Amino acid sequence: MSVIEAHGLRKAFGTTVAVDGIDLRVDEGHILGLIGPNGAGKTTALNAILGLTPYQGELKVLGRDPWEEREQLMRDVCFIADVAVLPRWMRVSHALEYMAGVHPRFDRTRAEGFLEKTSISQHSKVRELSKGMVVQLHLALVMAIDAKLLVLDEPTLGLDILFRKQFYDSLLNNYFDATRTIIVTTHQVEEVQHVLTDLMFINHGSIVLKCSMEEFEARYVEVMVKPEQLAAARALKPIYERQVFGRSLLVFDQVDRQQLNPLGEMRTPSIADLFVAVMGHHRGAAQGAAR
Amino acid sequence: MNSESNVLRESALESERVATVTASQTWSFYWSVRREIWENRWIYIGQLAVAGVFLVGFLFNMTRWLDKMRGLSTTDPAKYWETVSLPYNIGAGALMGALILMTIFYSSEALYGERRDRSILFWKSLPVSDLTTVFAKASIPLVILPLLTFGITIALHLIMLLLSSIVLPASGISLAWWWKELAIFPMWGMLLYHILLGHVLWPFPVYCWLILVSGWARRAPLLWAALPVVVIGGLEKLIFGTAHFAAIVGTRLIGGGAPTDVTHGEMFPTGPMTHLTPLRYLGAPGLWIGLVVAAAFLAAAIRMRRYRDPV
Repeated sequence: MSVIEAHGLRKAFGTTVAVDGIDLRVDEGHILGLIGPNGAGKTTALNAILGLTPYQGELKVLGRDPWEEREQLMRDVCFIADVAVLPRWMRVSHALEYMAGVHPRFDRTRAEGFLEKTSISQHSKVRELSKGMVVQLHLALVMAIDAKLLVLDEPTLGLDILFRKQFYDSLLNNYFDATRTIIVTTHQVEEVQHVLTDLMFINHGSIVLKCSMEEFEARYVEVMVKPEQLAAARALKPIYERQVFGRSLLVFDQVDRQQLNPLGEMRTPSIADLFVAVMGHHRGAAQGAAR
Repeated sequence: MNSESNVLRESALESERVATVTASQTWSFYWSVRREIWENRWIYIGQLAVAGVFLVGFLFNMTRWLDKMRGLSTTDPAKYWETVSLPYNIGAGALMGALILMTIFYSSEALYGERRDRSILFWKSLPVSDLTTVFAKASIPLVILPLLTFGITIALHLIMLLLSSIVLPASGISLAWWWKELAIFPMWGMLLYHILLGHVLWPFPVYCWLILVSGWARRAPLLWAALPVVVIGGLEKLIFGTAHFAAIVGTRLIGGGAPTDVTHGEMFPTGPMTHLTPLRYLGAPGLWIGLVVAAAFLAAAIRMRRYRDPV
């Protein structure tokens, strides 16, 4: 079942095009990582999906038009739009009470269970909590909602590595299952590499790359090329090349592993390296086209 | 037969769904109002503080008031009520003044605060509509604050009554006479009437205007809200040399000029002699024009909340 379906989704602010007619389909039971540089249009696309901004083109989330039916949609969708959006004056107990009051799918006992594993007291106000604790609280609230789609926009920005690790562990162990779908944007791509099932690169409002993690692993190979093999390796048209400690690391796209094996040590590239490779490639291609 | 029962079952399901939606909207509204009160605890703390400060003032000025009552001339019974009820009216007046200030302050922050601290992104992640939210916010100046003010005024009066009934016999003033002249129950009735008509319905378009601007402004919503009043009022003064617009806004705001009960232009028209003119009030076109304008402002505020991003 498709959770999100978009055709020609477009959003412009004046003359600036933030999302430039993207087509997108996200199926149930996937964790999609939306990766792109600042200003690539990630947040705008997510805002359209969440019914926070009007858009052009066709967009259905769980079969609904998000802009027209935000209220109904939010029974099945939840999101953490940014770090620290929980109202600072609110008490933890108020947040639990309020959520239980307005959200038909919120399970207070479950949220309290999550909170017991942290050092957050129910009497505390949000302003008294550390940044990491606020994120823990928000995650506890969100994970206690029996939602079909969870959207996380830079949920761990500014947190230390311990909290970030805990965040994703908790999400995978206590929340994610085959009936749920998660979309996450982050700049800390190394940390989500093993969490994602699907990957999407977005730049200048367009999708640059979309593949599943299996495809990613099958398609891209990074080879630490021996110096004497460098000419042979370059002949196979790597999409990216960089030097590390005097060794050359080359990334190949859809090149037969039999051919690559003699050139050096092979491994799956990191998302970060692929991102740089694809974005550089993309930019080069764009410049080539301009020429 | 079978399809008929299917249709029946479906319509039953549909009506059940509608009932669930209505019930959940009612609950959403209830919780949205509660969250406003949690967030704005100062509305009742502030009124309690005003009442407390007034009570201290009442105690300190007790002897002066007693002297005044003892000095009342029997030849001028018209002065009785004025003197007897003076502290009660000043107390009610102080709370009403605070009510006006708090309503202005609350309304001009209503849709601004959640955009400034970005918590709107949390509120909008929940299944609560913009309409429910804006109505819940409008209910603070329309229902919660006025009733709260009335309730605290009654509580203040009760404490003052208790203190008076201890002090008065000791200073040689007849309790029965004082009670009869004070006529506290009609005073309370008049007070409620005055608050609801003069401080709720009459100035409501002004509050709705403030709520609308609070949903639009990027900073200083109160100043933005005042700007058109100053500009239009200034232009009117320059071109026509009159000040009707400023006068209209001013009287709307402080409840004056409402055709409620002001028969002799009293400051605190809560005396037993005041003529109530509810029919004149309800028949005044100004009231209805004001309420239509208020509704338009609220509709615009709902739209504003839907479209505006955090500050």
